[in-house]
Amino acid sequence: MNPAWSVIFLTTLLGAGQGLFLALYAIDVGAANGLLALPGPTFYVGGATLALALLVTGLFSSFFHLGRPERAWRSAAKWRTSWLAREVIVLPAFMGAVFAYGAAHQLQAGDRICLWVGAAGTVLCIALFVCTAMIYACLKFLQEWHTTLTPLNYFLLGSASGFTLASVLAALVAPHAVNQLAIAALVLGALAYLGRLAALRRNARLRPMSSLATAIGVKHPHIEQKAQGFMGGSFNTREFFHGRTRETVRAVRWALLVLVFPVPAVMLGVSGENAFLLGAAFALQYVGLLAERWYFFAEANHPQNLYYQAIS
Amino acid sequence: MTQLALVIDLNVCVGCHACVTSCKEWNTAGTAGPLTDQNPYEKDPTGTFFNRVQTFEVGVYPDTQTVHFPKSCLHCEDPPCVPVCPTGASYKRAEDGIVLVDADKCIGCKYCAWACPYGVRELDQQEKVMTKCTLCVDRIYDASLPERDRKPACVLACPTNARLFGDIHDPASAVSSAIRDNGGYALMPEWGTHPANHYLPRRKTEFRIHPDELKRVDNPLKVDGKLPKPAPGEPALDDVTTW
Repeated sequence: MNPAWSVIFLTTLLGAGQGLFLALYAIDVGAANGLLALPGPTFYVGGATLALALLVTGLFSSFFHLGRPERAWRSAAKWRTSWLAREVIVLPAFMGAVFAYGAAHQLQAGDRICLWVGAAGTVLCIALFVCTAMIYACLKFLQEWHTTLTPLNYFLLGSASGFTLASVLAALVAPHAVNQLAIAALVLGALAYLGRLAALRRNARLRPMSSLATAIGVKHPHIEQKAQGFMGGSFNTREFFHGRTRETVRAVRWALLVLVFPVPAVMLGVSGENAFLLGAAFALQYVGLLAERWYFFAEANHPQNLYYQAIS
Repeated sequence: MTQLALVIDLNVCVGCHACVTSCKEWNTAGTAGPLTDQNPYEKDPTGTFFNRVQTFEVGVYPDTQTVHFPKSCLHCEDPPCVPVCPTGASYKRAEDGIVLVDADKCIGCKYCAWACPYGVRELDQQEKVMTKCTLCVDRIYDASLPERDRKPACVLACPTNARLFGDIHDPASAVSSAIRDNGGYALMPEWGTHPANHYLPRRKTEFRIHPDELKRVDNPLKVDGKLPKPAPGEPALDDVTTW
C-alpha cells in the first residue's frame, strides 16, 4: 500500500493519546490502592488535556485522508458492518471520557467518581485500539495485516508511547511517579517490540494466496504481463504501492527497529527524573512509531498490484 | 433473485480497447460521471476508467499465448467493498445484484478500494468520490432505448462479441449456459468474494483437414488441375495466381 501521512499521524497520535490516558488511570488506580503516592490534580488534568490534544490532532489529521471531509458526519452510519464507522463512534466517545476524567480531577469530584469515569474511559480506550486496528486486520486478502498481531501491536505500541509521554509529564509535575511510569513504559515498549518483531517475522514468511494465475484464471506457472491498459498512471498505480526503492524501505525498517524501543529504552533507563531527556526519549520513540506505521502500510502487498506489473 | 453480470470470453477478445473507450464515453456523460481526466493531452495523462483491457503472455517463448484480459468490477455476490463502507455509500442492489456507489454519500475515504482485491474501484481525482462500473445501470433499464440497446456500453461496443451480459442466476440465460458449457470461471476464488462476472477460458482452435478435402473426390467434369501458364507476352499476375 502507499502509506498516507494523514492515516500515519492519525493512528500514531491516537495511540499516544490513548496510552497516556491508560497511564494516568493506572497511576490513579495505584494511588487509590495505596501503592503510589497520590500525585496532585495537575498531573491528571495536565495529562488529560495533553491526551485530548493528541486525540484532537489525530482526528484533525484524519480529515486530510478524506476526499469529501465535509461529509464526514455520515461516516458513523454503518457501524454494524464497518470497523471504520465503529472507530468514528468510539473516538468521540473516548474523547468525551478523557474530558470527563480531566474535569472530574479538576473539580476534585472525589476518588470514586474519578475511578469510575476512568474505568469507562479505559473500556472505550481499548475499544478504540480494537476499532482502529481492525480497520486493517479485517481485510483478509491483505495478509500482512490479517492477524491478531495487528490489534495487539496497535495496543502495545500506542500504550508504550503513551506511558513514555506520561513519564515526561510526571517529571514535570509529579516527580515521584516517574520511576513507575518509566518502568511501565519499558515493559510495554519491550512487549510492543517483541510483538512487532513477531509480525515482521510472520510477514517475511508469508506466502501470497493470490498469484497471476488466480488473478486472470490461467493455470500456467509462467505468466507475464505485457500491458496494463494505459501508459500514464491511475488510481490503481498510485494508491496501492509505495513507489519507493528497496533501500528506502529497508532504511525505514531499520529506523523502526532502532527507534521504537532500543534507543528510547536506553534513554528511559539513564534519564532519571530529567524531563528533557525523557522528552527526547518520547520524541525519538514517536519518530520510530511514524516509521513503524509507514512500514506497516508499505509492507502490505495488495493483490490488485498483480494486475499492474508492466506498463506496456 | 437476479444477478446481472458480464461473461467475458477470453477466447475471442482481441484486445482492441473498444469496450474501454465506449465505457468511458457513456459513463463520463451518464449518471455515474463525470469521469474526469487530468493532463489528458500533456505529459503523464491520467483519469478515471471503469474498464481496462490488459495483456498477458502465457508460457515461454516460443510457446506463448497472448491473453487480452478486460477488467472491470466483477459485481461480487459477497462484495468485500460493501460492508467496510462507513457511510453506506457503497451498496449492492437487492433487485439485480449490481454493486454501486452513491456519489452523494461517499466521503472519499478509499477504504472500499483497499477492501477490493481486484482493484476495480477508482477515486476520481476531481470529484473526490469513489467510482466504479455500474453495469450501465442508467442504460439497461432505459425504456426509451430500443430493446437491443438496453445493454452495457462495453457489450454493445465489442466487435467480436466477447462480452455477454445477462442474469447468471437464471439457468436458462445465455450467460449461464456460456458459463456452464464453456468452463466459465471466477477470478481469485481464494477470497470467497463469489464474483458475478465470469471469464471463459482460451480454447484450442483445431482445424483438421482430411485428404479428401484437398482434392475434390467427386471431380465431376474431370477439369480440376493446374491451369496452363500464359504464353510469354500475354498479361500475367505472377504474384497472385499460378498463371
